[in-house]
Amino acid sequence: MRLEPRTETGIGLRLAAPIAAVAASFLVAALLVLIGGASPFAVFAAVIKGALGSQFAFLETLTRATPLIFTGLAAAIAFRARLWNIGGEAQLYAGAILTVMLGTGALALPAPVLFPLILAASALAGALLLLGPTILKTRFGVDEVVTTLLLNFIMVLVVSMLLDGPLKDPMGLGWPQSKKVIAEAIWPKLVQGKRLHLGFLIAILAALAVWFVNARTTFGYEMRAVGFNPRAARFAGIPVNWVMAKTALLSGGLAALAGVSEVAGLKGNLTLDLSPGFGYTGIVVAMLAALHPVGVIAAAIFVAAMFVGADAMSRTVGVPNYIANVMVATALLTMVAAMLFTRFRLRRG
Amino acid sequence: MEAIEILFTASLWAAAIRIASPLIFATLGELICERAGVLNLGIEGIMTVGAFAGWVAVYHGADLWSGIAIAALAGAAFGLLHGFMTIPLGLSQHVTGIGVTLLATSLTYYAYRLVFPEVTSPPKIEPFAPFEIPLLSQIPFFGEALFRQTPLTYLAFISVLLVAYVLYRTPIGLAVRTVGENPATVEAQGIDVTLVRMGAVAVGSAFMAIGGAFLTMSAFNSFYFDMVNGRGWICIALVVFGSWRPGKALLGAILFAAFDAYQLRLQQLAGAYVPYQVFLMLPYVLSILALIVMSRRAGYPRALMLAYRKGER
Repeated sequence: MRLEPRTETGIGLRLAAPIAAVAASFLVAALLVLIGGASPFAVFAAVIKGALGSQFAFLETLTRATPLIFTGLAAAIAFRARLWNIGGEAQLYAGAILTVMLGTGALALPAPVLFPLILAASALAGALLLLGPTILKTRFGVDEVVTTLLLNFIMVLVVSMLLDGPLKDPMGLGWPQSKKVIAEAIWPKLVQGKRLHLGFLIAILAALAVWFVNARTTFGYEMRAVGFNPRAARFAGIPVNWVMAKTALLSGGLAALAGVSEVAGLKGNLTLDLSPGFGYTGIVVAMLAALHPVGVIAAAIFVAAMFVGADAMSRTVGVPNYIANVMVATALLTMVAAMLFTRFRLRRG
Repeated sequence: MEAIEILFTASLWAAAIRIASPLIFATLGELICERAGVLNLGIEGIMTVGAFAGWVAVYHGADLWSGIAIAALAGAAFGLLHGFMTIPLGLSQHVTGIGVTLLATSLTYYAYRLVFPEVTSPPKIEPFAPFEIPLLSQIPFFGEALFRQTPLTYLAFISVLLVAYVLYRTPIGLAVRTVGENPATVEAQGIDVTLVRMGAVAVGSAFMAIGGAFLTMSAFNSFYFDMVNGRGWICIALVVFGSWRPGKALLGAILFAAFDAYQLRLQQLAGAYVPYQVFLMLPYVLSILALIVMSRRAGYPRALMLAYRKGER
């Protein structure tokens, strides 16, 4: 058996890859549920009901999808240029830190001024956090996967340190949490009395903007060229390192917006459990979307539905909610493999 | 002054050797994979699997060494998954590795919750006990630092010798090193590149899992969530720091662990002036610095991260 490149890939085949990935993840999950001694149908029904079964459930899924769209976009845009940004978690926290620093009363500004200011400052913090590893990569050949991964651990400790020190809420009864952001910095809710907030709309806009940059601008073309073949790109006169740096700024900034959105839109303050791994899950979202920015929206909603549904399911059926993490990881691996068969066909001989 | 005196205490170095042990296993494992041309970012998840599998087996009545064997087999299984996707299929080693880590970690947590649905504090096992080597353990300073460790630590040091011997003195080692440098020449000699690489990744992953098992079966006596805590990523840095050589990697692991043991003691000394998080950060910062310093000189395997497809140039 050997792999032979396909000359063209039909749209059907391209859509088949994510469908196969989702099917595989359900298959693996069914097996694990059986091992756990429950009925897969009951479990899946509970997951789907918990994620989509009511207006409350559906809005909760969209709320959970919001940070995943940001981190998913961050991964998608970086991976396209073959910049392996695994540091979404760190960049998210960088955004959250800036939001709390500027938004808890340090700047007494009206909302129309404060809103863009926090957004820009936070994005810049995340952008710079990824620029470091990127320069280490292009200048010294240091693998960015390891440096961005290590930065995740460092940033969580930085947050912990700040919450023990300058950002500690004096009224927090000793809990490691920051003060609440002031009313001018809070993002409005999209549905009265529900948790879904402006961040979801901003995430959609961000996805469309990234799509536009990718598909319709020179920079998007350069990014893809660098990702496809850096040597050829350099030969064609594309400033590869500069494109890498710009990609890093964009990717880090997008991941940071996840942090802003979670603090200003949902939680109101910064705690150590702000992100249950949104940065890492963003990688899965990006891969499930085949790195397509608009696909990221759909993939993020799917992944969020799994998590929200599994939480509800584990409360009623009692199968551990880690089943959602298993499904998401399985979907990632199957998707990567399925993508191969959109580019190659299997031949005997 | 006290800060310097600590450096000359045997207890510091005994702790350093203890902290180094899981790193030595996992670094050796990663080194074997990378020498064969495969970056294995599944390391963090494979260590988690090893930590759980060995511990839970012992909890259910297996003896300690069988627990280690079970951990190694579980690790090798995930290694084969990573190998299958990156070697015959030639998929991105970065993305696959992250996927294997996510899958291995989440499967472990799922299994943990299935086995212990209700517990808040995890049950304990009787871990490996320190074994004093007769005579050697009586040597002043070195005896306490080196020869009063658990059998798993001795195994870690023996493994370094074993891996170095196999890599540099046997035909198998030559094949492993060559598939990582120039797979086409191996193919020309009639050796199956895929087979050699798969074998190396499986064996390397088994070592990683034993490193994880050290945590639950020697360093502690229980399994906790997030207990690997980035050690896998640190080991990847240690491989680079050790220029892909077992002896240098051992040295790197011990230096790193000595630093870690030292910062734990400094923390007690200077904890009032410096936030404890700064000390906890140091190992990760040190890893990044090591990567930067060594990257210029690093003689990485030439075919690292390059998929090999027969007949393709």
